[in-house]
Amino acid sequence: MAADSPVAQLIRAHRLRPTELLPWLAAVVAYFVFASYLPLGSQILIMILFALSLDLVLGYAGIVTLGQAAFFGVGAYAAGIYSVHVTGEPISGLLVGAAAAAVVGLVSGAIILRTSGLTLLMLTLAVTSLLEAAANDATSITGGNDGLQGVAINPILGRFDFDLYGRTAYLYCLSILFLAWLFVRGLVHSPFGQTLVGIRENVVRMHSIGVPVRRRLLTSYTISAALAGIAGALLTQTTQFVGLTVLSFERSGEILIMLVLGGTGRLYGAFVGATVYMIAQDQLAEADPVFWDFWIGLLLVLIVLFARGGILGLGDRLVLRFRRR
Amino acid sequence: MEAVVSIVFLGLAYGMILYIVSVGLSVTMGLMGFVNLAHGVFAMAGGYITVTLMNRYGVPFGAALLAAFVGVALLSVVLERSLYVRLYGAGELEQVLFTIGLVFMSVAIVRKIWGPLPQPITVPAMLNGQIDLGFRSFPAYRSFLIVVSLALTLALWLGIERTNFGARLRAAVDNRRMAESLGINTGQLFTLSFALGSGLAALGGGLGADILAIYPGYAMEYLVYFLMVVAVGGLGSIRGPFFAALLLGVGDTACKYLVPQLGAFFIYLAMIALLLWRPAGLFGRT
Repeated sequence: MAADSPVAQLIRAHRLRPTELLPWLAAVVAYFVFASYLPLGSQILIMILFALSLDLVLGYAGIVTLGQAAFFGVGAYAAGIYSVHVTGEPISGLLVGAAAAAVVGLVSGAIILRTSGLTLLMLTLAVTSLLEAAANDATSITGGNDGLQGVAINPILGRFDFDLYGRTAYLYCLSILFLAWLFVRGLVHSPFGQTLVGIRENVVRMHSIGVPVRRRLLTSYTISAALAGIAGALLTQTTQFVGLTVLSFERSGEILIMLVLGGTGRLYGAFVGATVYMIAQDQLAEADPVFWDFWIGLLLVLIVLFARGGILGLGDRLVLRFRRR
Repeated sequence: MEAVVSIVFLGLAYGMILYIVSVGLSVTMGLMGFVNLAHGVFAMAGGYITVTLMNRYGVPFGAALLAAFVGVALLSVVLERSLYVRLYGAGELEQVLFTIGLVFMSVAIVRKIWGPLPQPITVPAMLNGQIDLGFRSFPAYRSFLIVVSLALTLALWLGIERTNFGARLRAAVDNRRMAESLGINTGQLFTLSFALGSGLAALGGGLGADILAIYPGYAMEYLVYFLMVVAVGGLGSIRGPFFAALLLGVGDTACKYLVPQLGAFFIYLAMIALLLWRPAGLFGRT
């Protein structure tokens, strides 16, 4: 079979390329080299997972949402409340966060995914605002504006205690992210994932060849919600606190920016975008927190005008140009 | 009874401001299908221009408002011709990202220049105090807002329904290709209506500075409300957002007054229900 035939290309897409191991190598190296930055490292890993969940709905299924923070926040609160009232066992806490977010994703998705365009955009925004208002009002459960206090997490598997330097937290986040990546990678290359891409590219055609479009969208929305919920739960467990900002519009916007910065619909955009964004924020925001927003805004505008594929898209273009010569 | 009258009165003033700010957004989205999340920036700019001219340079209220209208309308034309125009054919996601970028930039600039605190507005002395209507008295400033906004709405309605410009605009909203085939320059038409809508937003920002506080978070914080007015009212409609804004103004005021704890919650819930019942909005065409 010719190396560039469509079938060969499709088969190749499934196979693990050596470059796909780079992020994990980098993460392990970072553990040893940047030992004093591990708390930031955990934050980056969490944001990668969150961005990955968004990529599934936005990049693959093409659902433009401004409400991904809803699931992140629900996962964060569910894990926090679970640790306060039930047990501080972390793994089950993650599952609780995932389950709670999945339920919210399933219910809200079943209601709002019937619409499209601006209405859908508004509804995703409204669901998040609704949950934020609810979390703000239910002070007895969520702590309201002061945040949820008293989150205490037991050692992982009863053995690995969360240490002061964030070593355990980092490795914990890394393991969870790795599992999630394996799962999402398998998903997007499966027939299901291909259907999502088909829906994104041409919804009418998918309807006419008999794909249950709405059910597929709802499934992807629910899975994405569960993943975002896990990311939220990880944030709760590693910071031992839940604040109202986990449900804010800014949070949805921020994760969108990270994903777009890296590149949508390509699985690794989440890795590149979240890492670059979080490190830049850590370095630049301290120097001038007021103008940080300005640079981020400018960056967004420039990406949209000149580099729609994000950083990875730019890289692709460079490689292409290089090869042509 | 007293409470009901107060709620309706305050809600009307609030709703009117929401309408003046949002009506331009309805045209932008209806005519060009452009998701302009940066619309609140124009209102915010109008608010800052008004407040600064009045507080720092002693310009009278009316003149400051006029300056805000003209200044922001001109600014919006520059932005539209240089940046927005590149994204008319682009997808929703690009438009959302681009306009969010604009919001972030404007918020940072405003915070750099004016600081994070809300800007106080000192309304002219004659608008302080109460107006006595015999059976009861009303706050003068709020009454003024309602009267001015009603006048603006009437002028807008006459302009859209009774002038040649309005007829062309309506034709373009209904069917852009047909309008273009008939020789209507829809691009130019859009620039004009974009400028008018942005100017109106600025006017709304300045007029309503006492209701929607002028601070750097303005463009983000109230965005949900402006979008709600447009989504519930129906895209491209002039009349729909009017009723949607009044509904939202009175509803929001009532909820905050009667159930202060759950006020925002009910508003969002009501909006979700409304949009599910009529996805294209109350007056939108399905």
